[in-house]
Amino acid sequence: MRLHEYQAKNIFSRYGIPIPKGRIANSAGEVKQIAEELGGRAVIKAQVLAGGRGKLGGIRLSKTAQEAEELATQILSMDLKGLPVRRVLVDEIVSFNKEIYLGITNDRVERKPVIIGSGTGGVDIEEVARENPEKIVKIYLDAPFGLHDFQTRELAIGIDLPRELWKSFNLICKSLWKVFKENDAAIAEINPLVITHNGELMALDGKMVVDDNSLFRHPELVEIRDLDAEEPVEVEARKYGLSYIKMNGNIGCMVNGAGLAMATLDLIKANGGEPSNFLDIGGGANADKVSTAIRIICADPSVKVILVNIFGGITRCDEVAKGIIAATKVMKDNVPLIIRLAGTNAEQGMQILENTSLHTAQNLEDAAKMAVKFSRRAKK
Amino acid sequence: MSILVNKETRVLVQGITGREGSFHAAQMIAAGTEVVAGMTPGRGGEWVLDGKVPIFDTVKQAVDVTEVNTSVIFVPASVAADSISEAAEAGIDLIVCITEGIPVKDMIQTCAGLQKTQSRLIGPNCPGIISPGESLVGIIPVGITMPGKIGIISRSGTLTYEILYALKRVSLGVSTCVGIGGDAIKGADFVEILELFEDDPHTDSVILIGEIGGIDEEHAAEMIMTKFSKPVYGFIAGLSAPPGKRMGHAGAIIEGGTGGAQQKIEALTQAGVKVATNPGQVVNLILKK
Repeated sequence: MRLHEYQAKNIFSRYGIPIPKGRIANSAGEVKQIAEELGGRAVIKAQVLAGGRGKLGGIRLSKTAQEAEELATQILSMDLKGLPVRRVLVDEIVSFNKEIYLGITNDRVERKPVIIGSGTGGVDIEEVARENPEKIVKIYLDAPFGLHDFQTRELAIGIDLPRELWKSFNLICKSLWKVFKENDAAIAEINPLVITHNGELMALDGKMVVDDNSLFRHPELVEIRDLDAEEPVEVEARKYGLSYIKMNGNIGCMVNGAGLAMATLDLIKANGGEPSNFLDIGGGANADKVSTAIRIICADPSVKVILVNIFGGITRCDEVAKGIIAATKVMKDNVPLIIRLAGTNAEQGMQILENTSLHTAQNLEDAAKMAVKFSRRAKK
Repeated sequence: MSILVNKETRVLVQGITGREGSFHAAQMIAAGTEVVAGMTPGRGGEWVLDGKVPIFDTVKQAVDVTEVNTSVIFVPASVAADSISEAAEAGIDLIVCITEGIPVKDMIQTCAGLQKTQSRLIGPNCPGIISPGESLVGIIPVGITMPGKIGIISRSGTLTYEILYALKRVSLGVSTCVGIGGDAIKGADFVEILELFEDDPHTDSVILIGEIGGIDEEHAAEMIMTKFSKPVYGFIAGLSAPPGKRMGHAGAIIEGGTGGAQQKIEALTQAGVKVATNPGQVVNLILKK
């Protein structure tokens, strides 16, 4: 679960990390009011769950409250990477001398949290990592002990931070580690952390991604989840315990298991087709879940054909077949279904599908080829 | 013969009174596995599965009373990491965690603790291990397997079934099939299991089934090139995955330019692995050799 910038910064602030004065606004009128309070000079930042907002015109500076209102009107009517801008953050403009990168994430190879710093902040840090890896300092943390003072000093030295800032840098690093740990973050990142003209450290931007698996113990984070900022159909699917990801093609897919689902999409592509989605119904899905999954796939108007690929382990193919029959009773009838069932109770499942208008396939490859053929036929 | 699980395997089922735990304990027994104990806190002293399997309150008690050497975990994600630690502290040799959705932080702490013990962890978020004809520890459907000389290591569940099934249809059997799981932070990786297959005289060749995310496959490729003497066949899922999107598995994220399917296929190919372009083709590659 990814948080908006203003949500991440609010959390950072609660943990004692200095952030600019500012507030979130839903309308240009509110922006004007906030900008007035800030003395007219303000930075107006689109709040969407995507990176690279600045390059796309989603971050603008105003000199007067009037100008802030005009810019906000523009930004609030924008789509950034397909995501409509519904809110903007209005912050005071902070003058600074230097930009630093500071982030914490988990390294899957070392199986440890890692704190990452760079004296080259404010830019695409992945590009820095690729082209100037020597400018990135990484320090691995022992999970039970966490972040030691000496490690933040090493980091400060590694990024050439002036000595007089070591103490406040230490506090910021420790606060960020606390944010990371206590909120089960996958990423907690400040880019940039600046040295202001007054010689203080301040987080001008904030990014936080929370581990979805931990949300059961973070009701306070689930509460602030901005469902409007996500694909509605992905939100709907999650409600039913389905893992759905929207893609750009016209072949709907329903598969059990993430690996098999990916392999199915790969095979569709290899045969010249384009999948409209990734959908993993998980293990042990019953008829209800299956028919919900088909309904969710059909909600996408570009879907021309649906491929169902089930390898029954815990999942029983007869349950899947029942769900398919239930779904076809209510779906628009012009979307053909191609069904491939194997494994637990596959024969019973196939019997249920006999004497229906549904197409069945003997194996995955045939099923993929049929789906691609149908998707082409529908285009004409 | 086989690796990790065999006729000597004596299994403790953690979470045996839950829906998944009780169902799969019965399946394991039907497959010939010695399920000698179950564990559910608060249910110690009861007997389940036709009165044949005693339940204990703690893993330690199960270890003291029975000859258990392997544990399989079916408890909910919120308590699964604790169950792994409990099994390790009690001295269980092999811990297989089926549970999906364990928080990353819990797994990081648990893995750090495991290093101080002798236990080997398989999973979490995996289908477990089967040595056909000997023992099943997990949820792999027995009907799609037969004994033989091919070893399988996989990060996926149903994709592995697809390949097991294809092998069986052409009468190719398996020594041991190990599902190492799809999570970012997990126990054994490809390399650890490859080492076991290298030393197993009854495994002639290995199928490695990977997917996008992480650099496990790249590490495996390095190891295969230098230290692995048997033929390896491979399949990698996720060539068509859009970068940055989570494809169901927490681990299957393309992170910052690494972890892509194409890089993995190239690394494995360079190491001499014959990589199939779709799951069905794996069998053809083996038959062709």
